Amino acid sequence: MSVIAAVSQFVLGALFDLNRPGHYVHWGFIQLSVANLVVIGIMIVLFVAAILIPYRREGGDR
Amino acid sequence: MTVDSERESPTRNLPGILEEDAEQWTAKLRNAAIDALPPQRLMPDRQPAYVASWIYVFGVLTLAALAVVIVTGMVLAIMGPTWWHVSPVGHFVNSLHLWSVESFFAFMVVHLWGSFFMAAWRGKRRLTWVFGAFAFLASVGTAFTGYLSQQNFDSQWIGTQAKDGINSTGAGAVFNVLNFGQMLMWHIVLLPLAVGVIVGVHVLLVRRRGVVPPFALDEPGAPDDPPGSSGTAASAAIEGEA
Amino acid sequence: MSPTSRSERRSRSFKPDRDVVEWHGAYVRYDLVKEFLVALGVVALLVVLLTVAFSSPDETPVTVRSWSTNNPVDFAQTAITELDGTSESATYGPPYNTGSNDTQSIGFFSPEKWVGVHIPINTAQDFVIGPLRTLPDRPDVRAALDRYQAAPASQQQAWTAAYEKAVANATFSNGVLHVAPGSYGPVGAIIGDLTSMARSGALDGALVSSKQFYSTDYTKPLLFIADGNYLSDLAGAQHLQGNQWGMMNETGNYPGQAWLWLYTLWYQVPPMNSSSSGDLQVWAIMMLLSLVMILVPFIPGLRSVPRWSRVYRLIWRQHYRSLATAPGASAKT
Repeated sequence: MSVIAAVSQFVLGALFDLNRPGHYVHWGFIQLSVANLVVIGIMIVLFVAAILIPYRREGGDR
Repeated sequence: MTVDSERESPTRNLPGILEEDAEQWTAKLRNAAIDALPPQRLMPDRQPAYVASWIYVFGVLTLAALAVVIVTGMVLAIMGPTWWHVSPVGHFVNSLHLWSVESFFAFMVVHLWGSFFMAAWRGKRRLTWVFGAFAFLASVGTAFTGYLSQQNFDSQWIGTQAKDGINSTGAGAVFNVLNFGQMLMWHIVLLPLAVGVIVGVHVLLVRRRGVVPPFALDEPGAPDDPPGSSGTAASAAIEGEA
Repeated sequence: MSPTSRSERRSRSFKPDRDVVEWHGAYVRYDLVKEFLVALGVVALLVVLLTVAFSSPDETPVTVRSWSTNNPVDFAQTAITELDGTSESATYGPPYNTGSNDTQSIGFFSPEKWVGVHIPINTAQDFVIGPLRTLPDRPDVRAALDRYQAAPASQQQAWTAAYEKAVANATFSNGVLHVAPGSYGPVGAIIGDLTSMARSGALDGALVSSKQFYSTDYTKPLLFIADGNYLSDLAGAQHLQGNQWGMMNETGNYPGQAWLWLYTLWYQVPPMNSSSSGDLQVWAIMMLLSLVMILVPFIPGLRSVPRWSRVYRLIWRQHYRSLATAPGASAKT
């Protein structure tokens, strides 16, 4: 029972508490939350990686 | 089963029936659909050899994220809008819904960048692009009404702020962002339906036209024959329908 | 444009950003269904991992009760502007009322004005007088309201102006609002009673009440709450205000609607950041830019950017390499 409780505690609670006061970057008139910056950064990294990483096709052609 | 013979009889004469009823609206619609999207084109098992980049993965990732968004949203709908505020399991499902939406947008935007840099509208594929753009805009609206339907501080603030923008367009008279019931209906009925239809058309257009071939390397110029082909009837898809 | 025949259209020159030589080369194996199911599995796993790691925000909403309990002076200062018709909501204009404080236009273009009032809000009646009249067994409240409503408009204005001045320095202690004495007639009692009613929670109910038992429309309490400083102070602390790029932010450290970056950008730059018609200007820009995005394939110049950028050479580099190494081998029909 306590194992189930521990597991559900682990799954249903957050490992990292993002409810604490946010962090923001100011760059001239631009203000961004760090969280949004991370999301945008991930998107750019995904795009660049998708283009640069060689694509290996399974099975070969024809 | 005894119905076998009965079931067989209408199909036996199928060719004759088709010919006879060619002017029938149903038959016309069916034939047009089959012409536009024969089964091999709708669900192909081959694709052009130039499709060799991870950038192609982001379209299907966007669809997969949309599927997770819809399923988690349906679970929230089954239990009702209050559930996730009072139940840890409900909150967990709400979190799945949030992160699938964030993933959906991230994948969709990378897909949009990729489609742009491939100029994926070339050769009668313009409508595919147009529907993709509509899908993005409709998704923004759906997410927005979702934020308004959260029943928390976030909703209150977003609603009271967004009202000025919506009101300035005149739309505020019928689209009241401070009316929770109305926003919930838009979020879980009208806009998901719109996104679903638009995305559906977008995907069918992709299947109909296929993914865009690469630029010829000696652009700009007249249409080249595909390198290595015999040079016959290189069907340059010039203009035509969009 | 004169109609062109099909053959003329066919003979139109080949434009590399609009037209393409359809593929007659090699095809490779591709399992559409498998690809989708694998993607679904990957995304579902990713979403579960993100959920386990970060959960999701659910900041407690502001109620009229929590507002008037945590900042009763701000509540009273807002309430008097609702009564005398000087609050943001009272002077808003369409779709709420006939004011013009928030009516926006670009030249003659003012759709808000054309559409007119569709969600009528009379702040004095809807936010103050009406709710107070629902209080049972309070002849004193009823008498104050009667006296206020029976007075001529000039007298009402004199009272509310005097009270507005006095309440600016009000304090609150021991459950009572302390306002310096002045010649504000029944208005002091009215706002004091409304503050008590708000702190009891009864005003929350009175503001959403409708002819029906059920309600799903929170326009009135939200407008009332938004007229005060309490809500916007909380939002400011979370970097959610318009001039903080707040539209794309979320409470706490969560990512928000990052896709609204362009929309919120326009609010930060002149003239929109100081214009009284900033919302309409931003919407006009965004409608135009949305149209541009939809019509990219049709816009000369813009549709050539992909070819000029040469990013495509990276995307299709395997294809181009195969053309270079094995001419003719990769492109048989």
